[in-house]
Amino acid sequence: MEGVSRNGEAPQLLDFIAKEREWLMKRLQEQSHGPPPPPEDKALELRLGPPGDEDRSNIDFTKNCDLQKDESPLSLGYFNGRNQAQAQNFAPYLQFSPSISQTQLPVLAKDSSSDTVDLQNNNDTEKKKALPPASAAANTAVPDSSQKRTAPAPVVGWPPLRTFRKNLASSDDHGKPAPKTHQNAVSSKIVSERSGKGLFVKMNMDGVPIGRKVDLNVYDSYQKLSAAVDELFRGLLAAQRDSSGRGIKSMPDEEKSITGLLDGRGEYTLVYEDHEGDRMLVGDVPWHMFVSTVKRLRVLKSSEISVLGAGGQKQDKMPSDSAMQ
Amino acid sequence: MDPKKSRDSAESARAAQFPDEVLERVLSLLASHKDRSAVSLVSKTWYNAERWSRTRVFIGNCYSVTPEIVARRFPNIRSVTLKGKPRFSDFNLVPQNWGADIQSWLAVFAERYPSLEELRLKRMTVTDESLKFLALKFQNFRALSLMSCDGFSTNGLAAIAARCRNLTELDIQENGIDDNSGDWLSCFPENFVSLEVLNFASLSSDVDFDALERLVSRCNSLKVLRVNRTITLDQLQRLLVRAPRLTELGTGSFLQDLNAHQYSELERAFGGCKNLHTLSGLHDATALYLPVLYLACANLTFLNLNDTALQDEELAKVLVHCPRLQRLWVLDTVGDEGLEAVALNCPLLEELRVFPANPFDEEVNHGVSESGFLAVSYGCRRLRYVLYFCRQMTNAAVATIVQNCPDFTHFRLCIMNPGQPDYVTNEPMDEAFGAVVKTCTKLQRLAVSGLLTDLTFEYIGRYAKNLETLSVAFAGSSDWGMQCVLEGCPKLRKLEIRDCPFGNAALLSGLEKYESMRSLWMSACKVTMNGCEVLARERPRLNVEVMKDEESSDGQAYKVYVYRTVAGPRRDAPPFVFTL
Repeated sequence: MEGVSRNGEAPQLLDFIAKEREWLMKRLQEQSHGPPPPPEDKALELRLGPPGDEDRSNIDFTKNCDLQKDESPLSLGYFNGRNQAQAQNFAPYLQFSPSISQTQLPVLAKDSSSDTVDLQNNNDTEKKKALPPASAAANTAVPDSSQKRTAPAPVVGWPPLRTFRKNLASSDDHGKPAPKTHQNAVSSKIVSERSGKGLFVKMNMDGVPIGRKVDLNVYDSYQKLSAAVDELFRGLLAAQRDSSGRGIKSMPDEEKSITGLLDGRGEYTLVYEDHEGDRMLVGDVPWHMFVSTVKRLRVLKSSEISVLGAGGQKQDKMPSDSAMQ
Repeated sequence: MDPKKSRDSAESARAAQFPDEVLERVLSLLASHKDRSAVSLVSKTWYNAERWSRTRVFIGNCYSVTPEIVARRFPNIRSVTLKGKPRFSDFNLVPQNWGADIQSWLAVFAERYPSLEELRLKRMTVTDESLKFLALKFQNFRALSLMSCDGFSTNGLAAIAARCRNLTELDIQENGIDDNSGDWLSCFPENFVSLEVLNFASLSSDVDFDALERLVSRCNSLKVLRVNRTITLDQLQRLLVRAPRLTELGTGSFLQDLNAHQYSELERAFGGCKNLHTLSGLHDATALYLPVLYLACANLTFLNLNDTALQDEELAKVLVHCPRLQRLWVLDTVGDEGLEAVALNCPLLEELRVFPANPFDEEVNHGVSESGFLAVSYGCRRLRYVLYFCRQMTNAAVATIVQNCPDFTHFRLCIMNPGQPDYVTNEPMDEAFGAVVKTCTKLQRLAVSGLLTDLTFEYIGRYAKNLETLSVAFAGSSDWGMQCVLEGCPKLRKLEIRDCPFGNAALLSGLEKYESMRSLWMSACKVTMNGCEVLARERPRLNVEVMKDEESSDGQAYKVYVYRTVAGPRRDAPPFVFTL
């Protein structure tokens, strides 16, 4: 690593590279035990990921910091060229953690032949630009701000599981109205490339053992969400009610619509759990605020709302419906 | 005498003894595509005999060739299998409207293969118009299989049902389609009796049960029936008594309140199915109703429990009745204990797939670990295909597993947390995959995961001499890793890579390799447009396609798809696909 003195001026960075595993473990621990870093520090976190992807676990960054191996001239050229060329949408392949003291930056900046330095050069100006769009798009914007998480946030297309109920809202249509497309769109666990990253929250309904997951990014109002809840659970609810053993499946006109979710007049009411774990009635705050704090949705019997205590009761956790490969 | 002349005359002498018709007849017995390819290279005579005798064609990449070229070479095709989008499109890594539309193929086939009988498509875009076109233009059409396709709706299926008088197979698997209603099923005419395979398990709408029941009754050759979730248990019973000769069954919902009479009727119906070798569906099945199956499980070789979240004890009880099981797909709700039950009860097991029930869940206190896999390897020594989603793994466990089961041909391990090391030693998982490639000499397909350095790829390049498909994600340290693979694996055909630090040097190290491969996919790596341009310039017989989206900056090649082709650059590329 030319130009970087190996004296006490840059001990911390070298320490990182030398102690790859300890560092990695420390990061994992921090994730599981420590409080989430404040947003600006989060922006400085070392991470490996595709551009725009903010929330991934800290994969072994040191592989990329391996300055002993020869960098091919082509990839170096790429980095140099890019960094000078534009400031937008910098691919945050490597970003640096806050533990590097500020005094190190100028030292490393002298070195123009390493990836780490190039990134340092542009980090300050660019990462702020790179990250806000990412955080807006991150599909785990809400869970991310919650406490301990030993599993990482979902990445697009990972784990590699096939989901066959794709979002067809944007595909080439056949000129016919598609009332069910919406249902298909929300009934899957995909993270759709098209719509950016989805914001999926679990939704459970009283009396129905199987929950659903909804992508809140698909909706822009409480009305649409309420309509979606109706579509998603109407059939399930009717199936639960049908216990006659005659095996006659409920005809469409026997399925009652689930209405009045938002105004307290229906048989059911929509509530949600926010990031602090409190149960709240849906509909009080502006939609975008709701979307940023909601963690989980529940459809409760309106008659039971008054019975809820301070903490509310957790429903038994049932394995959610999945048909994936 | 000129040796070439003597060879020619010898050959023509042989040919005279062996008229073309006989040669064609002999070659018509060849089924395997690889054999046929080999045969066609022997001589011009054999090439011609082969092309005239070929009735089934398999095209692994629809853009590697044009339908005109296919039709010109093979005049007598009855069955076409086509694969379209890159496999990572299953995981939403390929934008919508990428292509792989079947219509241009159908247009040529209507002209050149009017007697086309079978069409099997995977990851293609199929519109309702195409389905209607198919139903209209091909009078002999018999078998339609659509796997992981998109672009059509149940309206298209209605057209197929209504018009294809000789249909024997309708197999709709896991597609992204508009399910408007189940009415399509009612479109089969009342005098239609030829169906042998019907799979609509992945559709969600109700179908007219009476129509289905009548259909099943009158199609005496029905062997494969996979219904969707809306079909209840008592409905299933009525279907089973009308189709006791089924060999493959996919049930609907297994959750229903049955009275004692219904229960025993259902049990008896299953008992009547003596030929069942494949069972799937079983949605929401619980310990309460699974026993109705037991009488039908004696000859079961494939049990697909992908759609039911069984616990370990429930699984164990079922497996006791399936001594001949060779393939098992389960959800990880069965846990390591469930896998121990597999090890105990399924000595003939060859294939195991364990899927995560809650892959995006934040709590990690469930699922399977290395001990479940280990247990299976001790009990099921014939294991050769594994797909395993887990949350933790160790190098030592994998080493033992492959020692127990050295015959793996497909080893797909997915440690769900990207870049996770051996959780006991905190070391990379290099040695695990090293053990796999060193021990399993027959390995054809490998998917790696966990924390991996270039060493993994050194091992792969050095030892995996039969490897054909390699999937890599969040792995590797430098270009050297990918280079090892490209320079080492002689039989490599498909390489798919995402989120790895491989750049232009790695990409270009495969210059000599790509024409012998079907395709290369690289996304979220370090490849740039410059590198791709160099590749495209050096290898004009490859299509080097770069997909741009909002996330990629100018110099970067965010998604790269490289494949060999005799068709030239795509003429139907959407605006976000650049062919260099």
